[in-house]
Amino acid sequence: MSTETTDAIASTEETPPAEPERASIDPHQTRRAWLLIAPTLVTLAVVIGYPVVRAIWMSFQSDETIDPQTGLFVEGGFAGLENYAHWILQQCGGQACPPGTNAASFWDTVFITLGFTVVTVAIELVLGFWFAIIMNGTFRGRGLVRAAVLIPWAIPTAVTAKLWYFIFAFDGIANSLMGTSIVWFSDKWAARAAIVISDVWKTTPFMALLILAGLQLIGQDVHEAAKVDGASAWQRFWHITLPLVKPAVVVALLFRTLDVLRIFDLPYIMTGGGAGDGNDTTTLSILVVNEIRSGFNSAAALSTLTFLLIFAVAFVFIKVLGADLSQDVKER
Amino acid sequence: MATSTDTATTDTRGSESDRKPPGKPTAPWLKTLRTYTGVAIIVIWGLGPFYWMGVTAFRDLQFTFDTTPWPTHVTWDNFETVFSTARGNHFGRALVNSVIISGLTTIVSMVVGVFTAYALARLEFRGKFIILGFVLAASMFPGVALITPLFELFTNIGWFGTYQALVIPDISFALPLTIYVLTAFFRDMPWELEEAAKIDGASPGQAFRLVILPLAAPGIFTAAILAFITAWNEFTIASQLSSDETQPVTVAIASFAGAQPHVEPYTAVMAAGFVVTVPLIVMVLAFQRRIVAGLTAGGVKG
Amino acid sequence: MPLKRTVGAISTVLLISSVAACGGDDAGGGAENSAFEENLDSRGPITYVQGKDNSGVAQPLVDKWNAEHPDEQVTLKEQTDEADQQHDDLVRNFDAQNEDYDVVSVDVIWTAEFAAKGYLQPLEGDLAINTDGLLAPTVEQGAYGGKQYTSPYASDGGMLYYRTDLVKEPPTTWDEMMEMCSIAKKENIGCYAGQFQKYEGMTVNASEAINGAGGSIVGEDGKTPTVDSPEAAEGLGNLVEAYENGNIPKEAITYTEEEGRIKFEEGKLLFLRNWPYVYGLAATEASSKVKGKFDVAPLPGTDGVGASALGGHNVGISAYSDNKATAIDFVNFILEEEQQRFLLTKGSLAPALESLYTDEALVKEFPYLPVLLESIQNAVPRPISPFYPAVTKAIQDNAYAAMKGETDVETALSDMSDAIGSASSSQ
Repeated sequence: MSTETTDAIASTEETPPAEPERASIDPHQTRRAWLLIAPTLVTLAVVIGYPVVRAIWMSFQSDETIDPQTGLFVEGGFAGLENYAHWILQQCGGQACPPGTNAASFWDTVFITLGFTVVTVAIELVLGFWFAIIMNGTFRGRGLVRAAVLIPWAIPTAVTAKLWYFIFAFDGIANSLMGTSIVWFSDKWAARAAIVISDVWKTTPFMALLILAGLQLIGQDVHEAAKVDGASAWQRFWHITLPLVKPAVVVALLFRTLDVLRIFDLPYIMTGGGAGDGNDTTTLSILVVNEIRSGFNSAAALSTLTFLLIFAVAFVFIKVLGADLSQDVKER
Repeated sequence: MATSTDTATTDTRGSESDRKPPGKPTAPWLKTLRTYTGVAIIVIWGLGPFYWMGVTAFRDLQFTFDTTPWPTHVTWDNFETVFSTARGNHFGRALVNSVIISGLTTIVSMVVGVFTAYALARLEFRGKFIILGFVLAASMFPGVALITPLFELFTNIGWFGTYQALVIPDISFALPLTIYVLTAFFRDMPWELEEAAKIDGASPGQAFRLVILPLAAPGIFTAAILAFITAWNEFTIASQLSSDETQPVTVAIASFAGAQPHVEPYTAVMAAGFVVTVPLIVMVLAFQRRIVAGLTAGGVKG
Repeated sequence: MPLKRTVGAISTVLLISSVAACGGDDAGGGAENSAFEENLDSRGPITYVQGKDNSGVAQPLVDKWNAEHPDEQVTLKEQTDEADQQHDDLVRNFDAQNEDYDVVSVDVIWTAEFAAKGYLQPLEGDLAINTDGLLAPTVEQGAYGGKQYTSPYASDGGMLYYRTDLVKEPPTTWDEMMEMCSIAKKENIGCYAGQFQKYEGMTVNASEAINGAGGSIVGEDGKTPTVDSPEAAEGLGNLVEAYENGNIPKEAITYTEEEGRIKFEEGKLLFLRNWPYVYGLAATEASSKVKGKFDVAPLPGTDGVGASALGGHNVGISAYSDNKATAIDFVNFILEEEQQRFLLTKGSLAPALESLYTDEALVKEFPYLPVLLESIQNAVPRPISPFYPAVTKAIQDNAYAAMKGETDVETALSDMSDAIGSASSSQ
């Protein structure tokens, strides 16, 4: 491979760079591109597109109601925006939804989910960066350390959740090691902290891995040059390291954000969405699951709202952080 | 590949966090100390809870709530429970299923993902933004809301409980990240080489296969690990669409039953988690250089 | 919500836009299900679906039947161990009109929902079950709207576990029990615990507290909320007060069945409300420190025996079964004494047949049987509502908030009442 490569490099240097193709859009290229992309589009259309379209359609139908005569379920019919009003305005049959209904905790759930996302992703970013910087160094046993840091990520989430559930049990090892007697899954902040800790533990490796990959792009010479110019460590980090690892970091951040916004297993297994007043660790996905059993169509409306919320977050993300891969490569 | 791993071994960028003004370098022993303290923290981070999982996995079920931090009441029972088929658990078979499902998912996602990422990174056409948006949007719908429609769909076409009913959703979960990682990676590839190969008479397919693909191997490897672990960990869909014959380990673990209703064989769950994790650790250990080298191979150009 | 079966699924996929068109003509939820009239006399192989066969009794039961009925073989299909997943699996298969799900195991709280959706064959006429000798509450629990839909398989009731070395006579009322908490304090152990995590266990414990004080959750019709009453306030207030003054340890708010059992076995609880399964474990487990030092009593109410919630599983016949005559024979086979005895001796499952509770040999092996019988006879079922998931949420959420002191008892009960009402009116 290496000989081929060097030959190829040599030949590029002799030929003028192939510029013209970039200027105008070639119809052949367009057709080839769509052919190459088609398998992805078909797969995603079947597995994600179809359920989403269906959910949107169903969200405009009423849930089945009970016929008082027969006691049997009957069709609900067209609902218009009723299912959406049910969630957004928290209306249950013309009045405010009382505590103990899913809709009553909708807005709390939205903010809890956003809160989890901001806190978890922020901690993961900082920790991930720190891990990556350390792992980027030279020390004995580096291979083992890199494998060790990946362990949390390799354990299936359902097992992770069980593991932390027992670690944070009242008689669990967390209280025993710290000599505390915190009822972790009762107090809302303790419960939220427990969930954040477990999620951060599990997914920091993912962040660290991608950032480490980015860090390795930076040659030592760049740093040395900056040092000679009198740049402080912070300046070097801010002006050299950060811009160079940004593309990798942004992709990692974006996908982590989308994942936490849909977080389900960890809080569901650890607290069932409980703690605090009873719904203080409920996330949007947990609310969807709870609602599916009560009414599929209103659950579809909730799924659609969740989708819209995440879409909005992702949109802002891409606009602000510039995660737009469709743009041409920026000059480095 | 070789180039990128070499850069990793050059020197201690780990200690670049030194805040002293330039010209007054930190004492080497302090640097070393700082590095190893960090390393120690990382190792405790990764291994601490995992260690506890191991301790529990080897502990007698009756002493589930024992919090002695070192192994006590050590027994192999839990592993026997895990692999025993007496209570209708088929963990061994599930392990094989997981390998099949994750393996297929990885291979297909890579092939499909490479095509797409190539098109996005290399070809000029309208609608790129829309496609990237569509791909990303696939990661925005609550996964739990996909179960019912997919169940109906796969039941109607007679796919319920088949491998494809599990692999296809897994592919679609793995694809968005795969495509984003690969596209970011391909954008930094030395495409001049492809042009050169074409000028030398290679077809576009040959140019890609013989020149670009070998260069891209590390990036693809990173994406493959991401896809494999995504599929390996998938539970929600599999729990509803797999049959006894095709269920993966995540589902098998969730359906471990105690000897009585209400009794949860927690220690056996930990033992199973242990069994599931060890092969991945070995794999990561074996390939860690490549995993990390993956995204950096773009550096070949610079 | 089945897609019309004639719509080829593949074409649905290719023409995503057409999805909108076919969602509308669905079978109508199940009101008058024409499947009720089909296959009533058919015999042949059937499938019996239940959750994980924890205690290894279902397969021997099926084997025994198969030996006697070579032409009407039963195949056992096990679901996962998670109740929610079992429920969802059943719903999806019913919706898909899967004829391979013939006899299904139904958690007692699902009967109304499945019946109202038209999933379950009414057990009447030729398909009636043999109710001779069955405990009445277990049969009533399988009825909805005046029709029988499911048959008892195994029952379950709550009992009060207490330490015989610390308490001579078990408390017969709640207040008596609270007085005895001074003993626990002296011993430096917790006094009372049940299942107070916010899950189905909370519904069970809150219902028992309310019913035990003479209150009720819903009226005779099974849907009108009646929980906003002074009696209910007293019942829930008992729990709230006990949690506040420490008679219920603060960590008990995170307890499910298992945490409580383990605390009790460690000797760190004086009283525990739990199901019969604890008895055998506490008496035999190597880690148990209360072997020979505990016994069971009926749950204490405000004045006299309290009101347990009913647990257990029923079995029903799918409306889409191809062989309903075989199915009902199999259901009645399960109810026979020999099978019920087997379920108890091999699986520790509480029988639905009353006579077994006084069977001398059995009582010797399972000393808790007389107490359990009293518990089941005095039991009050949880609301039999087709909107049970919403009803139970209304109960758990508000009872939990009250115990945590987030709301006062009166507000909690009035919210509970409103939430149950809004559940039954479907939004």
